[in-house]
Amino acid sequence: MTAELPPGLALQKADERIMTLNVGPQHPGSGHMRIVVQIDGDYIVACDPDPGYVHRGEEKMAEYRNYITNIPHLERPVIHDSCNILYPYVLGAEEILGIEVPERAKYVRVIASELNRCIYTMYWLAIYGIFLGHSTMFMWPAGDRELLIDLMEKMTGARVTHAHFVPGGVRNDLPPNFEDTCLRQVNYFERRIKEYAAVFYDNPVLISRTRGTGVLSRQDAIRLGTTGSVLRASGIDYDLRVKEPYDVYDELDVHTNVMKEGDSYARSRVPWLDMMESCNIIRQALQKIPKSGSVRTKLKPNPKTKGPATVYKRVESGRGSLGCYIVSDGKPEPYRVKMSVGSFRNLIALPYLLKGEKLGNMPSVYWSLNYWPVEADR
Amino acid sequence: MMSDDSEKPVADPKPDTKSSPPPKPDTKSSPPPKPDTKSSPPPKPASKKPEEKPIELPAFEKGISDKLVEKFGDKVEVGFVKKDRVRINISKENIHKVAEFVRDALNYDHVESVTGVDFPTDKEIEVVYHVGSYTDSSLARQILVLATRAPREENPIPGQDSTRLPSIRDVFYSAEFGEREVFEMLGVYFEGHPDNRRLLLPEDWADLPPLRKDFAIKGR
Repeated sequence: MTAELPPGLALQKADERIMTLNVGPQHPGSGHMRIVVQIDGDYIVACDPDPGYVHRGEEKMAEYRNYITNIPHLERPVIHDSCNILYPYVLGAEEILGIEVPERAKYVRVIASELNRCIYTMYWLAIYGIFLGHSTMFMWPAGDRELLIDLMEKMTGARVTHAHFVPGGVRNDLPPNFEDTCLRQVNYFERRIKEYAAVFYDNPVLISRTRGTGVLSRQDAIRLGTTGSVLRASGIDYDLRVKEPYDVYDELDVHTNVMKEGDSYARSRVPWLDMMESCNIIRQALQKIPKSGSVRTKLKPNPKTKGPATVYKRVESGRGSLGCYIVSDGKPEPYRVKMSVGSFRNLIALPYLLKGEKLGNMPSVYWSLNYWPVEADR
Repeated sequence: MMSDDSEKPVADPKPDTKSSPPPKPDTKSSPPPKPDTKSSPPPKPASKKPEEKPIELPAFEKGISDKLVEKFGDKVEVGFVKKDRVRINISKENIHKVAEFVRDALNYDHVESVTGVDFPTDKEIEVVYHVGSYTDSSLARQILVLATRAPREENPIPGQDSTRLPSIRDVFYSAEFGEREVFEMLGVYFEGHPDNRRLLLPEDWADLPPLRKDFAIKGR
């Protein structure tokens, strides 16, 4: 049987010394995916990630709906970060449909996407904490993200799955007095997350568990094509909000957080620093936002495209660079939509990092990759 | 079995190269879906381009495409040169050489995404690599789009039929999972890829590769 399979499809041979262990898809430590690890005693000798348990065929579905009706389902892969996952698609659709976006809408988008980045990162931090056995770090972020979820609810009408971004702007204008409420809550939120240092990031237990585990060197981070916090934790200064600013990010002062260590600790610290940077960006955006004006260029229900085109747009999401490649053949529906998501790109680092690591370090390495299985599967 | 497979690609390039020239005039204006371009839209961008060319082509991006054209001549064909984006169409025989040149001489270091696009009317499947750079700060905004095409069969047997492309995974390691995804979703087998297994689909998936156009969603 194996002889008939072409090279690369052959089955692996069993080894008496090596034990194969399936972690997931039901195991909570693996998220919605299976990680097949081969262990020799306590050490991992090989790891084979097996995603796909939450594959929904978003890209196929997008070929059957027009540019507007694609919006609610394309955000489903990451409902906590739904503004950011829609962002590149909306930017691409605007280029294909030939729409201009009002200035105020651009600022509203930046505020929404930064709030969403914090909401996602807090959720990730809660999970990261609980899988290291740190219950406080599960309770605090899970509670504190409610502050920002309330803001998003005021802004969009929904706690998650906002479907707020549309080609041409955002769906609704900000509610009255939103700026004041937002500023107050964001300031409180920032004070609050700074307290996490004492209980979590400066905690000797966390440091001894994560320092020096799963070290990804600078060269390998580049070679593996990792992105987002994984890349920045390995000492590469790369953030699309600075390097390829979209919407109004070029008018805001964005600082990139970089750490040189490349271990699990650095990878878990960079998103936390990014949240403070997000608070900073929100405050700047609230100051600079035009006080009035339209937030949406109205479109017809079934808008016409400018003709055949291909677009590749990318933004910085909570999990790194998020690209959207849209092929249009001039019809109202896209011919092909490809989402190049940060989780899928960072997954390639997992087999590399776990090799030679102790089995007990698997959760800390796996969750430090800032990986969201549903997004990787799409 | 294996010798049969390795012979097929040698026989196939002929029909492949015959079918690729027609798209050439169209692709200069960037639209890949040929069938519809014949109606009305393509002449407009095609007629616009020559007027804009001397003024509007961004200089830095033009430099990148010029280097590739200088090195490979008519083996590569410039799809478009836009702000921060350069598209190069390459035949499948040359994709590996171009990828090596892009990595070694142009400082691109990682593949951001690997996309397969099905064109049933052309009887071809297009595979598009979006290549970026972390090390060269002048290329931080740039995305180089490398597009190549594989022959498409009506009744695909993924891994066993003529729908094959050389893998660039040994040039860009980061293309590994992307190529695996294209293999399962469109049935393009990557020669030289060490691990062409399924990634997202169930192990017992026995239908057409789902992102092909003839695989229809129920009720649509």
